[in-house]
Amino acid sequence: MAKRTGSGPATAESMATKQRDISVSEFFLKNRHLLGFDSPRRALLTAVKEAVDNSLDACEEAGVLPEIAVELEQIADNRFRVTVTDNGPGIVKNQIPKIFAKLLYGSKFHRLRMSRGQQGIGISAAGMYGQLTTGAATRILSRIKGAKKAHAMAVQIDTKQNKPAILSDTEQDWEPTFQAVTAVGEPDGPPVISKHGTSVSIEMEAAYQRAKQSVDEFLKQCAIVNPHLTLHYRLALQTKAEAAAGKSEITAITYRRAVTEMPKIPDEILPHPHGVELGLLMQMLKDTESRTVRAALANDFSRVSAQTALDVCTRAGIDPKTNPTRIAHHESEALYKAIKETKLMRPPTDCLSPIGEAQILAGLQKEIAADFFTAVTREPAVYRGNPFQIEIGLAFARPQENEGVGAEEPVRVLRFANRVPLLYQAGACAMTRAVIGVNWKSYGLSQPKDALPIGPVLVLVHLASVWVPFTSESKDAIASYAEIIDELTLGLQECGRRLAVFLHKRHRELEAARKRSYMELYIPHLALGLKNILDLTDKEEHKVVGNLKKMLEKTHLDV
Amino acid sequence: MPKTKNAPAAPTVVSKKAAAQKIVSVAQEIHADIIKKHRKPSMEFPIRSLQNVKYDVKRGHFEILGRTATRTLSYNTVKTFAQSMRLLATTKNDLLDKDDIAGKREVYYNSKSWGECRFDEQPESDTLLDDIEAMLAINREQLGYIPEERGGDVTGPLVVIDQDPATGKPIRIDCTKLGSGAWSIPSRVEHLRFEASKAKFILAIETASLFQRLVHHRYYERAQCVLISMSGVPTRACRRFIRRLADDQHLPVLAFTDGDPYGYCNIYRTLKVGSGQAAHINRFFCVPQAHYLGVTPQDIHDYQLEDATHPLEEADIKRANDALKNDPFIRHHKEWQDALNQMIKLGVRVEQQAFAKHGLNFVLDTYLPDKLKKARFLP
Repeated sequence: MAKRTGSGPATAESMATKQRDISVSEFFLKNRHLLGFDSPRRALLTAVKEAVDNSLDACEEAGVLPEIAVELEQIADNRFRVTVTDNGPGIVKNQIPKIFAKLLYGSKFHRLRMSRGQQGIGISAAGMYGQLTTGAATRILSRIKGAKKAHAMAVQIDTKQNKPAILSDTEQDWEPTFQAVTAVGEPDGPPVISKHGTSVSIEMEAAYQRAKQSVDEFLKQCAIVNPHLTLHYRLALQTKAEAAAGKSEITAITYRRAVTEMPKIPDEILPHPHGVELGLLMQMLKDTESRTVRAALANDFSRVSAQTALDVCTRAGIDPKTNPTRIAHHESEALYKAIKETKLMRPPTDCLSPIGEAQILAGLQKEIAADFFTAVTREPAVYRGNPFQIEIGLAFARPQENEGVGAEEPVRVLRFANRVPLLYQAGACAMTRAVIGVNWKSYGLSQPKDALPIGPVLVLVHLASVWVPFTSESKDAIASYAEIIDELTLGLQECGRRLAVFLHKRHRELEAARKRSYMELYIPHLALGLKNILDLTDKEEHKVVGNLKKMLEKTHLDV
Repeated sequence: MPKTKNAPAAPTVVSKKAAAQKIVSVAQEIHADIIKKHRKPSMEFPIRSLQNVKYDVKRGHFEILGRTATRTLSYNTVKTFAQSMRLLATTKNDLLDKDDIAGKREVYYNSKSWGECRFDEQPESDTLLDDIEAMLAINREQLGYIPEERGGDVTGPLVVIDQDPATGKPIRIDCTKLGSGAWSIPSRVEHLRFEASKAKFILAIETASLFQRLVHHRYYERAQCVLISMSGVPTRACRRFIRRLADDQHLPVLAFTDGDPYGYCNIYRTLKVGSGQAAHINRFFCVPQAHYLGVTPQDIHDYQLEDATHPLEEADIKRANDALKNDPFIRHHKEWQDALNQMIKLGVRVEQQAFAKHGLNFVLDTYLPDKLKKARFLP
């Protein structure tokens, strides 16, 4: 047996010396895959995604038509600088460090309102990832409405304490400037200059690739579901030779907005009792400002009237006048059970802001070359006390003019949650499952068993909800709640029926055209035969051909 | 042995000019439809199938019924329609007007210059040619189309008077003086004449090998008959030749084929009453005075051929049942129904050569004399 290297077995005391707090930052460090930073390629996408999400949310909340510029600069073989600039309302000075250099800080986690970001973890996580892989600070420029100058800050995260560290803080002149480009990358018109906005710049270890799960694809999909957005994308790549010469290969694209109407700002709602877990219920009772349990139930939840609150208390065997902060554990359990057993009105659903059928069509039409478009916005529904709404868009695309679609390829499913494209874990997502679950054969597409249908089709699936049920923190896939699958299926079927009508008509037209050209092939021979037998002149021969063609047009000759 | 009575009329001889005129009038009608009446042109054909024939007992052949098919210009017919026009044009301009001839296969190859209108396979052009023949009611030989297949071989006490194709001078052919060979029936037989023959009957034989045996042993002298080898289903020329000879010399005709449904329902039936496919011209290309000598199913018993048979194949049984159900000729003759049913029951077929079981010349020494003496032939 090998000799122990230590000084005997561990004791409770010796173990205690090793036990200490784990900061969220440290936790993230070891579990970066949970937040979408597991590979250099994915990290680049996640950083862009978090920054763009924040910009869009901020612009919409402030009622500004969003103008966003995304710039990826390769500064070394495996290093990129990601800069995202918006024309949003800007950020007040003392919030900047917390937003960009403190995990789990944000305005969105504490309220039930539909928004792109949810946990307040994304952009600071991107900054921390950059800091960990390059040592560089996150640089922010922000100018709020009415301010003369912009704040310029460099911040880092104190990973042990999850606190921001400010490296520099100055004021400077800055106007967010957005230059649109043409299809060949030339400047297109004068630049758009804003008096307010924010720009965040993060240096990070990253890899760029053009593929299905690329930044390019993410931005294109953003442009589709946000037709009110104008998005400027600039990519500067370096090959080794170019790096030596200090040059880059530059690609620039502008996705222009197709509508100028802003999405409706979603309303904030109180949690619905049926969507609340026991732990959260206990927390809410502890944090309430109400004096009695009854009042807490009535004031802090939606769809609970004073009478309903009284019923719940009675059912749970609790005095409605009990101070909610003094509720014992077993009492809250009784309360939780009573809530589940009480019939309640469904949560309000007018708090959602769907993209809208017209907007989905506009988005698809401007980015996809297709012969047929349709869109369906379902009525809102509820899963586990959370209102949600499903929208489906469908385009029958021209394969030669669109990447990634083909007559023999599986249909492309573009998945979105609260207008954010979902690019990973398609197979695990309720949206993909719902598309597979629909019988597309009855709508004119072929479909292998338990697989996506085949055809040059793009299916856009959008879930809007105050709380999107992702399967994991990296926010890649939607959980398969029965209510969600049902709504998805109904929306897909509606689009499918419309597609079937189109395909049927198209098939008829193609068939008629095919028959017509077939007949036009033989009509001259018929005329030539007659000419030879009857010694017709060329003119008479042409008359025969002309008359037959006319007959064909008029009667379709039994087509 | 039955003797022939009234001879059926020879096919109407149509002059080339008249045939061409008929094509022109068909084309004129179509042209008028298109130009003056502004309607889809159409062509009318007699339907060529067993469904559209009846067995005319009095005349002794399949007669076409009145049913016609109209081919109106449409998506489905446009190609055939165009091909018909081009084929009619070729027939008129290249054959009739220029007094030329063409084989069926040549027609097929000729169409290769028609671009997308060409025939892809020869059966297409053959079918269309049959359609045109039926539509014009002029047999294709008179339109200048010559059959590819041989008409049949003839040996026996018969002198045929043919003409030199160039000079028109008569040529005398004595069918007993052809050595070990035989005289071949030409594709057109209307111009042939016969010297008075000493023959008592005509024996039409299915297989060439049995024909050779009979020729080799000069059976035609012994039995005083004209031997004709049909080599399967008799060609039009062969049928027409037998018919003309039988009419002209008042000779009965006997058929000797394999004892199987094909020999009965295809070879013999076609020889006697014509085919369903060419019902519009059957009255010229049939031999109503023909009777069936053998091999009958009963012969299998009578001549102990049971161990010289072959089991009927599925196609044989189907053919026999089809004939029992659909063939107006078979349905008219109880004797034939009995014979076919007997064969189906026996489940075997027998070939002409099966008599070799009893010795190579049993067929001419015993079987044929025996059958001729009994003279119990199938109708």
